[in-house]
Amino acid sequence: MAETKYHTKALECWDKAKELRLKYYQDYAEAHDRGALRWEGGAWSFDALPQALEGEVYPLTEEPYGASIGANPEAQVRYQEAAEGKWGCARDLCAYLRSYWGSIILDEYFFGGKWPKADFIFQNHICCSHGKWLQVANEIGGGDVPYFCFDVGAGPYDKIGERQINYVVGQLYDGIEFLEKTTNRKVVDEKLIQNVYNTYRSACYWSKVCELNQAVPAPLDEKSMYSLYVLGTLQKSSEEMADFYVELYEEIKDRVANQIAAVGNERCRVLGDSQPPWGFLRVLRYMEEYGVVSIGSLYTFSLIGWWQMDDTGNMVPYPTLEEQGITIKDRDHALRLLAEGELRGKLMWAPFYGAKFKNEIVKKIARQWKCDAAMIHLNRGCEGTAMHQMELKIALSEAGLPVMTYEGNMADEREFDEARDMRLIDLFLTETMDLKKLTD
Amino acid sequence: MEPVEKFTDAWRHRRDYAIDWKERTGGKVVGYFCTYVPEEILYAADILPVRILGGHQPPNLVAPHVFDMWCPFCRDCLNEGLAGKYDYLDGIMIAQSCLHMRQAFGAWEIHVPTPWKYYLCMPNAVRSPRAKPFLAGELAEFKEAVEEWTGKPITDEALDKGIETMNTNRRLMKQVYEFRKEDNPSIIGTEAMMMVWASQLMDKREHNELLKQLVEELPNRKLERDPGIRLMIVGSENDDRPFMEMVESIGGTFVIEDHCTGSRYFWDEVVPDKDRISAIAHRYCDRIPCPSKDWGATDWQRKRFPHILNLAREYQVEGAILTQQKFCDPHELDIPSLRRFLEGNGIPCYFLEFEVTVPVGQFRIRVEAFLEQIRAEELFV
Repeated sequence: MAETKYHTKALECWDKAKELRLKYYQDYAEAHDRGALRWEGGAWSFDALPQALEGEVYPLTEEPYGASIGANPEAQVRYQEAAEGKWGCARDLCAYLRSYWGSIILDEYFFGGKWPKADFIFQNHICCSHGKWLQVANEIGGGDVPYFCFDVGAGPYDKIGERQINYVVGQLYDGIEFLEKTTNRKVVDEKLIQNVYNTYRSACYWSKVCELNQAVPAPLDEKSMYSLYVLGTLQKSSEEMADFYVELYEEIKDRVANQIAAVGNERCRVLGDSQPPWGFLRVLRYMEEYGVVSIGSLYTFSLIGWWQMDDTGNMVPYPTLEEQGITIKDRDHALRLLAEGELRGKLMWAPFYGAKFKNEIVKKIARQWKCDAAMIHLNRGCEGTAMHQMELKIALSEAGLPVMTYEGNMADEREFDEARDMRLIDLFLTETMDLKKLTD
Repeated sequence: MEPVEKFTDAWRHRRDYAIDWKERTGGKVVGYFCTYVPEEILYAADILPVRILGGHQPPNLVAPHVFDMWCPFCRDCLNEGLAGKYDYLDGIMIAQSCLHMRQAFGAWEIHVPTPWKYYLCMPNAVRSPRAKPFLAGELAEFKEAVEEWTGKPITDEALDKGIETMNTNRRLMKQVYEFRKEDNPSIIGTEAMMMVWASQLMDKREHNELLKQLVEELPNRKLERDPGIRLMIVGSENDDRPFMEMVESIGGTFVIEDHCTGSRYFWDEVVPDKDRISAIAHRYCDRIPCPSKDWGATDWQRKRFPHILNLAREYQVEGAILTQQKFCDPHELDIPSLRRFLEGNGIPCYFLEFEVTVPVGQFRIRVEAFLEQIRAEELFV
C-alpha cells in the first residue's frame, strides 16, 4: 500500500487492557481457592454493591462471557448445541445466553477448568432475557444459588425523576439486605462509596474517550473500542478499571492532538449499531482497505458510557462526581447517585422505550461524529440491542445518510453468512459510497 | 343469536363493532398492546379499550419496519396498523411488556397516525416490594394524562365503576369456566376463547350482559360431541381460531388454558380499597404473570408454574399443548422448564411453534399423533 494519509500507531495501553481482562476471568475461577466469594450477574448489574462486601469478592458478568465464547466459533457451536440439545432451548434465544447455559451444562469454564459455580446471583433486568437468564442458569445448575434481581426499566433518560430513582434505590436497599443475609458479610459503606466514585469515573471517562473520536482522523476504530469498553462491562466499580479509563483518556487526547489515526487512510466515516458478529471482526478490518473507519455506535458509546444532552441538544459526556463538585456523604447518597447516573446517563437503555429515542440519539451521533454512512448489523442474537434497527435505517436514510444493513448474529456463527455479507459491503462501499479499495 | 355467536361476531367484525360503538356513545377508543394495560382507568374515563390483534394474513407491510427475528404476533399487529385496519382508534398505548410488543408499538407511534399515544412504564420486577408503589405512581400519571386528553376529571366514583366493570367481567368469565370442568363440557375451548377475545374487543358492560345470559344457558346446554382427550393449551398469545377448531374436531377438547388471550387475562380481580389507584397497582403486580415478568426479586422460582399445575388438576387435564409464537423469548425461556415440570407431574406435553399463518394440515397430523399417544397410555394403565 502507498504511504498513508495520517500517522498511525498501536495503543500504548492495549496490553494493559488485555491483562486486566484476563486477570478478571482468572480471579473469578480462583476465588474460592483464596476464600473469596464469587457472584454472577449482568454487565449492567450495579456491581458497586456486591463489591462492597467485606473481604474479597469476584464477579462474572454474563454478556461479556458469552461474547468471549462468541469470538471462538468452535467453542460457541459446541456450547450452544449443548444448550439446545441437552436443555432443549430454542435456537433463536440470545446467543450469549445459550453459550452461557451450554458452559454450565458441559461443566466447562471457557477460560479453563470446570464451571466455577457462583455463591450468589446479583442480576439486573431490562430486556426480556436478563432476569430469566440466570433463573434458568440456576435451574440447570441445581437451583441452589441464592438469587437477587432488580429492575431498571423505570423509564427513558429524559423522564427520570425522584419516583423513578426511588424505585431503583429501594431495590438496591433490598439488594444490600439480600447480600448481607446470603453471605453473612457486611456491606462496607466506605467501599460502597469508593465503588460509586469508580463507577462514575469508568462511565464518564469512557464517554470522554468516545467523544474524542469526533476528531478527524478518528483516533480509535470501533474494533479496538470493543476491547476497551469491555472492562467496564466486567467491573466498572473497580479502582483498576476506572484508573484504566482515565489513563486511556489521556492517551487518546494525545492521539487527537498529534493527529494519530486509527485508520491511516481515513476517508469515510461510518457508524454501526448493535454488537458485531464477534467471530468475524475481520469484516471491520476489511472495510479499512477502502479507507473506512467505523467510529462507533450507540452501543459502543453507551453500553457502559454515560451521556447527557447539553443546552444545544448535543450529546456530551456525563460529568464525573468530581466535575459536579459532589462529595458522597453516606450510603443513601451513594445509592441515589448510582441510580441517577445509570438511569439518566445510559442512553443505551433509551431504545427500550421507543424507536423515536434511538432515532434521535443516533442522528446526533451521525452529525456530531461526522459520519458519511451507517452500516447496521441486524443482530439476530440480541433483541435488546437490535431494538428498532429497521426504524433506525428509515430515520437515518431520511436524514440523508446512506445506510446498509447486513443480517447476522453476534455470537452464533451459524447465522452469519460471511461471503454474502462481504459482498454486500463491497457493493455498498463501491456503488453507494463510490469508494475504491486502496490496496487495488 | 346465542351469546357465543355474538362473541364470534364481535371478534370477526371488531372494526365495525368499534365504529358503531363510537357512533352510539360518542366515546373514544384506545388500542392497547398488552394485557398489563389498566383497563379500569380507561373504563373510568368512558373510553373503550380494544386489544390490538393480528389479522393472520402474510404481513407484507411490516418488513421495512421490523425485521423477521421479531415475533409474528408483534409483526402481525403492526401490519394491521400499517394497513389502516385500526384507523378508528383515537389513541394507542402499551404497558411495558416484552421487547417484541414494544418493537411494534415503537414503529406504530411513528408510522400509524393515531392522535393520542401513551407508554405506561409497567415495572418488570412485579414481585419486588418496590413495584407496587412505583406502579401506583405510573397509574396516577396515566390517569392525569387521560384526564388531560379527554378534558374530564376521573372521580373516585368513576374509578369504582371502572373497577367494578372489570371485576364483574372477570367473575362472570370465571363462572363460565366452571362449566369447562364438566365431564362433557357445555362450552368447548374454541368457544371459551371466543368469549375472552370478545371481552378484549367489546365494551365490557355489553359483554357482561352476554356473559350473564351465557351463565344462565350453560346448565341446559348439551353439546352432541365426544369430548375425547381433555387438553390444556399453554403459551404465548393465541388468537388462532382455525387451530383451536381443528384440535377440537379430531378428538380433543381444550378444557383450560394459560395465556394472555385466555385465563391469564382475567383470572385475578382488583381487591377494592379506599386508595383505588393503589388497589389497581396491586392487581397488576399480583396477577398471574406473563413469563417476561415471571422471576422473583429474591427468588428465581416462577409463580406461573404451580398455578398452571393447579389448573391442570382442577380441570382434569390429560395432556398439554405448549405453544409459542416463533421468536417469543419470554416463552422460549420458560418452555424447557415448563415441559419438565408438567411431565414430572404426570402431564404429557407437546410443543408447537406458531407463525402468523399456521399450517393447520401439518399441525393436525402432529396433534393427532399426540392424542394417540395419550390414548395409548390409557390402554396400558
